[in-house]
Amino acid sequence: MLNRVLLLCLALVWTVSVSVTAQDVAEGGIDTLSLPLPAPAQNVVAANHVYDDGEVIDVNWDKSPDDPENILGYIVYRAETDGAFDSIRTLLPGETFFSDDNVEDEIPYKYQIGVIGENGVSLSGESELAVATWELFNFGMWNTFLWMFVFCGSVIGFIISAKSGRKLYIRKIGGLEALEEAVGRATEMGRPILFIPGILDMDDVQTLAAITILGKVARVVADYDSKIRMPVSRSLVLTAARETIKESYTSAGRPDGYNEDMVQYVTDEQFGYVAAVNGIMVREKPATCLYLGAFFAESLILAETGNSIGAIQIAGTARPGQLPFFVAACDYTLIGEELFAASAYLSEDPKQLGSLKGQDVGKVIAMFGLLVGTAAMTLSVAWQVPATQWILDLMNNLFTTN
Amino acid sequence: MKKQIPILITATVGTVLVLSVFFPPAKMLGEDFSLFFDIIAVFAFFLGGGNLVRVHFIKVYRRKSDWVYSVVTLVGFTMMLASGLFKLGGPPGISGSVTADGSYLNTMFIHIIAPLSSTMYALLAFFVASASYRAFRAKNREATILLIAAFVILLGRTPLGMMATGWVWESLSIFQIPNLAVWVMNVPNLAGQRSILIGVGLGVVAMSLRLILGMDRTYLGGDND
Repeated sequence: MLNRVLLLCLALVWTVSVSVTAQDVAEGGIDTLSLPLPAPAQNVVAANHVYDDGEVIDVNWDKSPDDPENILGYIVYRAETDGAFDSIRTLLPGETFFSDDNVEDEIPYKYQIGVIGENGVSLSGESELAVATWELFNFGMWNTFLWMFVFCGSVIGFIISAKSGRKLYIRKIGGLEALEEAVGRATEMGRPILFIPGILDMDDVQTLAAITILGKVARVVADYDSKIRMPVSRSLVLTAARETIKESYTSAGRPDGYNEDMVQYVTDEQFGYVAAVNGIMVREKPATCLYLGAFFAESLILAETGNSIGAIQIAGTARPGQLPFFVAACDYTLIGEELFAASAYLSEDPKQLGSLKGQDVGKVIAMFGLLVGTAAMTLSVAWQVPATQWILDLMNNLFTTN
Repeated sequence: MKKQIPILITATVGTVLVLSVFFPPAKMLGEDFSLFFDIIAVFAFFLGGGNLVRVHFIKVYRRKSDWVYSVVTLVGFTMMLASGLFKLGGPPGISGSVTADGSYLNTMFIHIIAPLSSTMYALLAFFVASASYRAFRAKNREATILLIAAFVILLGRTPLGMMATGWVWESLSIFQIPNLAVWVMNVPNLAGQRSILIGVGLGVVAMSLRLILGMDRTYLGGDND
């Protein structure tokens, strides 16, 4: 009886072991153990990243022949001249480039690339030693530097010219001409003026432009003894706007007319801010609404609410995507550059007006470039005129930034 | 002095930030100056929060008109601040995350702030309709062109556009409304946008130059010293 039971147990164990082995073979489990390592990456080259401040080394390599089917990724190893290699980054299959921005300048480093396979990591050969060095000038941006000089030179040239008494013609900007009228209307109606400086912080140039216009508006408001209301969505704008209005009231000889609560912080949250401003509009019904600065999706919500309460509205932004909304819903819109020109325009100071004239030189250059480039490209594509190629190359060199 | 020091700071920081683009050794200094802004902005937040509380508290205290809204503001502000500062409802301790499941701040954000923001954003659909109605009335030549362009774009983005003009021969496929809509967006619209952007770029440079050179002092309240 015992023998029969033992025999049965042996038969069971054999059956199970055979079935497990067959399953392993079918699933490739045993074959996996005998898989070779993936082919290593080739031609690892490390070189200084040009035109930086000595903080980056660029590493390039050729893909492993097993990429992407049989590899899981790459490991970048780094070592100093006689040091051991340390893993510094893991990358996905298909990558052939890595910028190491965690190096000390003037210290030589060498690199090695590991290819991660299911069965282990195969290492490439070591790269040559590379040293991160800094360069004094970024020659990749020589054309930008050149245009900066030309443009700034023309602005300064016109400023000097204006200072010497030369009359400069500046075209009328409707939105800015209407500013005094808008403040006057609010004064007559006994209602406040609402000034919205956009929803970005003081590090945005549009907000800065809005604050410079605020100075002029607040001066007119102080002269007319009207009221200004300014809800803001950034704390720094709150402090800057307060100082600006305060100084405007002081320079108008009415420091007593200034009240800190003219500027009020609401929230940084975009739609929370919109809700609060819309509430102020509906409750207080300002006679004039000024939207000057950086606006996003809230532009139309604000402008349409202002329209619904019958306020005279002047808007200005440099964001092309929001301009159509303002054009549709406001009485006047400062388009792009007009927002930045507003402060100089309103100041009527010849020096500042000269800077506006200097901008025209930039526009002439841009228009000339556009015309020549378009003509050359048309001739090149439509009629394959070979002589146009050097013009296209020249335009590329002059106007393409790296 | 009150104006000269800010002008000096503006000129120095502005010049360094411009130079850091072209001269790599100045890059680090430029990054530091940008960091200073962030630090100042953090401190300024206390001013903003303080102003909010003060303005609304005074409104409630003096029972000014619509003071009830100020109560809602103050209650909301206090609740959010307390639940964030003391990590109410979520994992306790200074290392606990305010966005963890169960945290009151996270719950209020998901169930109150997010839906309210979405509601405000959704209002845009109605405002677009009313603004379009005004803008597209064919009062003059420009408005008529605008109306036709809008009609082409709207129709081109719907199956109706293809259904209506799908029969047009391949050689004249530009006149199929969906293709016409793409052309309007990619050629006249893009050209207009780029011309505005070129103007904006030049305007930014001129304005920056005026600020760096200290010619435009309006942000300091004018030319009075």
